[in-house]
Amino acid sequence: MNRSLVTIAEHSREKIEYLIRMAQEFERHPNRLLLQGRIVATLFFEPSTRTRLSFETAANRLGARVIGFADPKVTSGTKGETLKDTIMMVSNYADVIVMRHYLEGAARYASEIAPVPIINAGDGANQHPSQTMLDLYTIYQTQGTLDNLNIYMVGDLKYGRTVHSLLMAMRHFHPTFHFIAPDELAMPELYKEYCREHGIKYVEHQDFDADVIARADILYMTRVQRERFTDLMEYERVKDRYLLKLDMLAKAKDNMRILHPLPRVNEIEYSIDDDPHAYYFQQARNGLYARQAIICDTLGITLDDIQRDKTII
Amino acid sequence: MNNHNITNDSTPLPREGQGGGVSRSLIVSALDHGTVIDHIPCDRLFEVINLLHLDQMTSKVTIGFNLKSNKMGTKSIIKIADKFFTDEELNQLSVVAPDVTLVIIRDYEVVEKRPVSLPAELRGIVHCDNPKCITNNEPMQTLFHVVDKRHGTIRCHYCNHEQELKQVKLV
Repeated sequence: MNRSLVTIAEHSREKIEYLIRMAQEFERHPNRLLLQGRIVATLFFEPSTRTRLSFETAANRLGARVIGFADPKVTSGTKGETLKDTIMMVSNYADVIVMRHYLEGAARYASEIAPVPIINAGDGANQHPSQTMLDLYTIYQTQGTLDNLNIYMVGDLKYGRTVHSLLMAMRHFHPTFHFIAPDELAMPELYKEYCREHGIKYVEHQDFDADVIARADILYMTRVQRERFTDLMEYERVKDRYLLKLDMLAKAKDNMRILHPLPRVNEIEYSIDDDPHAYYFQQARNGLYARQAIICDTLGITLDDIQRDKTII
Repeated sequence: MNNHNITNDSTPLPREGQGGGVSRSLIVSALDHGTVIDHIPCDRLFEVINLLHLDQMTSKVTIGFNLKSNKMGTKSIIKIADKFFTDEELNQLSVVAPDVTLVIIRDYEVVEKRPVSLPAELRGIVHCDNPKCITNNEPMQTLFHVVDKRHGTIRCHYCNHEQELKQVKLV
């Protein structure tokens, strides 16, 4: 059975809840020798320092050893080796392969040819399931549930793959989405269609102010990147409109938390960092627990194994 | 049922040697064994020819182009002697010309007449139009899932990119 993780969109509600319970165990005790004697390969065909550090920390804190590369320039891919050859070669050495690739569908293909499980750490603009898993874990952690939440997505909703994956993964939990984005970066019709098909309520907003976000449980901020705009005048016009300022939190609900996949550039005023609604750094830390759960699940280690684990350090 | 009935919505195709005198239409022989592909949209005829590699066939192939059709206005038709298609070849046909009719003839009799229909999956037939898709950068087969048969929308199994069948490029 192929235990690879390529996309979270295919996971059932039960599977998501199961992985959340696993991540909770790792949050309680992140340091273990559960993976002693195992080798985790991290193949980054495209550099992504924070994702790689998070995966490697997850593996190291469970006692696994890590091999791999962080910079595609040093691999044979630049000599013209196919992805298949690289994957087959590394499969001889590692028990699980974490891979990041600039081409879309690379992880799906690798999971079909590799004799060991593949964990997709991002394939182009396509999927980034470990990010989605840590987002789901953070939402659960802060709200105590994933059900019936008001989730506000702000910024680049057109190219932001994290918001697309989160939107699809939340379909099991009756959310109401609120989309706040400039016209050029609005939520694509494809995903609005997805919401309608799955009976997910959504509202689109033009304004971004204290009144609009007053009912939010989760405020999911994303980066509005200059290079996404065909019209730079338009960028200059809208860039500050999607900046979250401290005074906009005046009417926010107590349980509301601000998430951001990071890196942040110009979306959240720095003075918000000390506000109790700010949660993006804790969110990043949750990436560790979510990835520990993902690595164990792909290796066939069950929640039961983790609960009875005697290797806690 | 005689196989000439299959062309009954187009200009009648006289039998070889029939009628005497000068015939005003093409002389097209009846098939004893083989396949007739009928109702091909004229703008798709040459794609169908390429797709089935008819240029490499050694048996008799008759192609009618810009024929009158009650159903379609104009249509094209191909008669191929001694050739029966596999399911995989049929799948390919449905991609370029989804509404063609396929007629199988054995011993001058129509033994089967059916439309080709779009399968649930297209493997190794269509090119993904996303340049950043792994299938365009690795020696591998493409795979598409048909998500909307009516509109002819297909989704790449690998990059999830959707495209319309009307605009696809064949592998």
